Amino acid sequence: MAKANEIKYLTAIKAEKPKKKFCRFKKYGIRYIDYKDIEFLKKFVNEQGKILPRRLSGNSLKYQRKVSDAVKKARQMALLPYVTDLLK
Amino acid sequence: MNNYELMVIFTPVLSEEEFKAAQKKYTDFIGLAGGGVTHSNPWGLKSLAYPVQKKTTGIYWVLEYSAPSDFNEKFKIQMLRDEQILRHMITALDKHAVEYNRRKRSGIPTGNQKAVEA
Repeated sequence: MAKANEIKYLTAIKAEKPKKKFCRFKKYGIRYIDYKDIEFLKKFVNEQGKILPRRLSGNSLKYQRKVSDAVKKARQMALLPYVTDLLK
Repeated sequence: MNNYELMVIFTPVLSEEEFKAAQKKYTDFIGLAGGGVTHSNPWGLKSLAYPVQKKTTGIYWVLEYSAPSDFNEKFKIQMLRDEQILRHMITALDKHAVEYNRRKRSGIPTGNQKAVEA
């Protein structure tokens, strides 16, 4: 029975290179994040309605703060829930 | 004269004329104090993400205006006194925000469409 390390593959297993994250605000030149634009803000909020950390959303520090401000304003005006399940 | 944006949630039991009367009352109040309304955008009845004051729906109204800097305090007192209003929020708009709102109104695509897929 071939042991795991003896299995030879015809083509090398290409380790799935993690997609290079970029700050979409710097790349597309967006300067203002509107707290009324819920569809756009949902990209930065997870299932429970919590704000995604920078390492997942890939934002730069400056725009991550603007995103969190916008999300908090949207929550204040009952456009986004504070906590929920299956938000998406 | 700074640019501000007001978002107000009225009680859902408000009828159409009362809603218009409330809008007119506040736009006149702004005009009275020397400010100017650039754009009024009533969203109408919308369901809230969580119940506010035991109500699950509310009438939204977004108003973009410019006013002298000491005006917002008086405006806030007016709105806190008005019991038709569940919640209000005044945000200051910097030049990028004003530019964004202008482009959004006139249909020029703001940069967000490209970013939504990303």
